[in-house]
Amino acid sequence: MKGIWWKLLGVVLVCYAIIAGFTIEVPALPILHETIRNLFFHVTMWFSMMILMLVSLVYSIKFLSNSNEANDIAAGEAANVGMLFGAMGLVTGMVWAYFTWGDWWVNDPKLNGAAVAMLVYLAYFVLRGSMEEPIKRAKVSAVYNIFAFVLLIVFIKILPDMTDSLHPGNGGNPGFNTYDTTTALKTVFYPAVIGWTLIGIWMLNLRIRIVKLSIGNIENQ
Amino acid sequence: MGGLISSFSMAQAAEVEMADEMRASGKIYVVVAVLTVIFLGLALYLYLMDRKISNLEKDQG
Repeated sequence: MKGIWWKLLGVVLVCYAIIAGFTIEVPALPILHETIRNLFFHVTMWFSMMILMLVSLVYSIKFLSNSNEANDIAAGEAANVGMLFGAMGLVTGMVWAYFTWGDWWVNDPKLNGAAVAMLVYLAYFVLRGSMEEPIKRAKVSAVYNIFAFVLLIVFIKILPDMTDSLHPGNGGNPGFNTYDTTTALKTVFYPAVIGWTLIGIWMLNLRIRIVKLSIGNIENQ
Repeated sequence: MGGLISSFSMAQAAEVEMADEMRASGKIYVVVAVLTVIFLGLALYLYLMDRKISNLEKDQG
């Protein structure tokens, strides 16, 4: 199997994140209690999404510069897998919110921003679906992808930082770096980010190969 | 939004409840084992898909 090492590394790192994530000693903080361990799952989902959306952006820009269809395929599929991780980030965030803030959702710039960012990418797929002609679809969606990524940064990072937010790391609240008093969290968090991202890249790799196979089939017929 | 930060300083005096019993009784390992099994199952699925796609690519190319 091609690429066996980075795929295996992803599996190993996520297994490590699961095992160490629940067994290491973590800072005992009020409100959070043990849920601080969600850092290794909820936050890693968003990091993986950001990396995948960045990959999608890069492929969109590459397509605009050389009009190679393979770049468009990669851009679309990367955004697709990115959305899966984003959805999981949202749902895990909602569960975390319920047990720490007392409600599944709060009227908060970070949360609303994340939801809007997901809608922006959802619109990317609606846009792709609305155009049948492949080259036009690829060009228009590549341009939209650039705007979508900029909006993602604005809604998830820039706006929540400018105003009051309940969410850690935004709006004047300390992020988890501050809570990580023994640096134990970092020893699991960084490998977890890498692991989950590698799993996401593996999923992307499979999706791209499936699309290319189906195109090959159509052309052969 | 100062409420979140001030509640931290107020609660510092009391002990924060953690799942020490889960760890002491070893029950935490049940959680770990279940999650690991589920994740390895998903990883196996990815691996099998990968192999199937590789075979299809070989047939086509």
